[in-house]
Amino acid sequence: MTKRWLAAIWLLSMMVVPWQAHAELIIEITGGTEAALPIAVVPFGSEGIAAPEDISAVISNDLARSGRFAPLPKQDLISQPHEKEEINFRDWRLLRSEGLLVGKVSSVDGETYQVQFQLFDVYNAQQLVGKRYQVPASGLRRLAHQIADQIYQTLTGEMGVFSTRLAFVTAIANADGKKRFALQVSDSDGANPRTVLQSKQPILSPNWSPDGERLTYVSFENGKAEVFVQEMSSGRRDSVAAFKGLNSAPAWSPDGTRLALTLSKSGNPEIYILELATGKLSRVTHNSQAIDTEAVWMPNGRELLFTSDRGGRPQIYKVSAEGGRAKRVSFEGSYNASPDISSDGHFMTMTHGLNGKFYIAVQDLDTGAVQILTETGRDESPSFAPNGRMILYATEQQGKGVLAAVSVDGRIHQRLGESGTEVREPAWSPIRK
Amino acid sequence: MKLFKLSVVLFILMWLSACTTLGLGKKDTDAATDGAEVAVEDRSADSASIGGDNASGDAETTVIVGEDQYQGDELNDPASPLSNRVVYFEYDSSAVRQEDQTTLAAHAAYMGEHQNVTMRLIGHTDERGSREYNLALGERRAMAIRQILMLHGADIKQFQVTSFGEERPQAEGHDESAWQQNRRVELIYVGQ
Repeated sequence: MTKRWLAAIWLLSMMVVPWQAHAELIIEITGGTEAALPIAVVPFGSEGIAAPEDISAVISNDLARSGRFAPLPKQDLISQPHEKEEINFRDWRLLRSEGLLVGKVSSVDGETYQVQFQLFDVYNAQQLVGKRYQVPASGLRRLAHQIADQIYQTLTGEMGVFSTRLAFVTAIANADGKKRFALQVSDSDGANPRTVLQSKQPILSPNWSPDGERLTYVSFENGKAEVFVQEMSSGRRDSVAAFKGLNSAPAWSPDGTRLALTLSKSGNPEIYILELATGKLSRVTHNSQAIDTEAVWMPNGRELLFTSDRGGRPQIYKVSAEGGRAKRVSFEGSYNASPDISSDGHFMTMTHGLNGKFYIAVQDLDTGAVQILTETGRDESPSFAPNGRMILYATEQQGKGVLAAVSVDGRIHQRLGESGTEVREPAWSPIRK
Repeated sequence: MKLFKLSVVLFILMWLSACTTLGLGKKDTDAATDGAEVAVEDRSADSASIGGDNASGDAETTVIVGEDQYQGDELNDPASPLSNRVVYFEYDSSAVRQEDQTTLAAHAAYMGEHQNVTMRLIGHTDERGSREYNLALGERRAMAIRQILMLHGADIKQFQVTSFGEERPQAEGHDESAWQQNRRVELIYVGQ
């Protein structure tokens, strides 16, 4: 049933925007919904010209996908109210669902819709949150994600991330056997994938600017690894690092003015900081024997975590953005790389090697405790959701690269299935302001 | 389920028609043709002379292997250690194996005698672990080869070093037999 429903939505979204349907991801929850909170999402009422998006279905799917909520099956909904006056709270209490979402969509003209929603606490018969919007037809899906964010935040007290986006790289083998690479951006549910860069050469390490307006990434289009910055709205792109040797692993500073990146122009991979406005470079690491790469910024903007094999094997270190002595952070396991930091700065996720296999692990930076969250042994490249609840990562299924997500407590697992394309290098966008 | 299958078919059709028109950066990247992935530098007249055509009459490049006399540039002699253009590595290692020393010494000697020759060293890794770390590891492997070639008489100016990390596997599999073919440095004479 769920699969069929997802397929239907998927098909619908492709019909709406067929020219964008390049590599649709389908999100499947693969485990861990036992403790989910029941919620009643009543299909929204419709007035006038039918909306091209099923708003309540998008909201319901978002909530279910988070693993935190269990929307009641449609056949269990005892009535179909669309506003407070139509709700008999006594009836709804029997369903043991604490939250009740109702709403309606009315067409203002062919292009514009008015959407209203109300979330009720069933036991106290009280409205928790309710709003009305007017949006163009093309904005309906995004609005649905924003409403889901508000419901999530109201009921859990944490920021919702349904209206964020994902960036990832796809690789397709053409009939001639040659690979074609694409950098894509989709909604957080995998819908509306949009190719922002295509290349015959590999693309790596996408990373979002803090305002979500730009991406930086590594492209081999000139025969070697070089760093680019691309503006999402205009498609305008600039080469920002094309020095001799490697130019790679770019990471945006929290204030958006600088990139930390790896350059080997000195003859060895070192971490540098590039000031975007001036092009001024400052060198952070000075260990000419070791690989130093994959810098990420601590939320304070003053320190970096990075991968280094200065101790013999790759491990994670912390260093001041001004340079100076680096301090080792990861101690468990023979291989730790690709760090990412939760927005509160308390958790680090990384690719954790154990007996030749690779898992996604999370380390409490305050206590040092490490928890391994995944199982396949071919997991890599973790990226925190901007609320720190979920970690998106790359894994393999039947020899093909796919994306998956796991909650930071390891309880909720999702797989982002995809239609025949190799998918890798995920990066979760920041929350749109 | 039928709907699901139908949508897959639909998707593929749409994708096929869509992929010719997609991509903001298409214009830029199309310039990087397959040939350009080896960003060959302008060849000087000098380096062109190492080609077989010009070299056949040059006594210095005639090699005698066993009883066969190979007439031509020794670079093109299949029996010469110079015909070996790939060096393989152990997992997460850039240490050059003993058995590759002869090959490398021969290349170094050739380069030392032909100072106008340039070589591109392209480092690669297997797919395991971090892509960015592997990019750096591929470069380190290429640098290790360059170091040995320089110790045996080649000059630093004769090299271009590049790494593709795990992005260009020679074998597509996901097991040790594929991995060991992928942990390699390719030695490419520019212009050959």
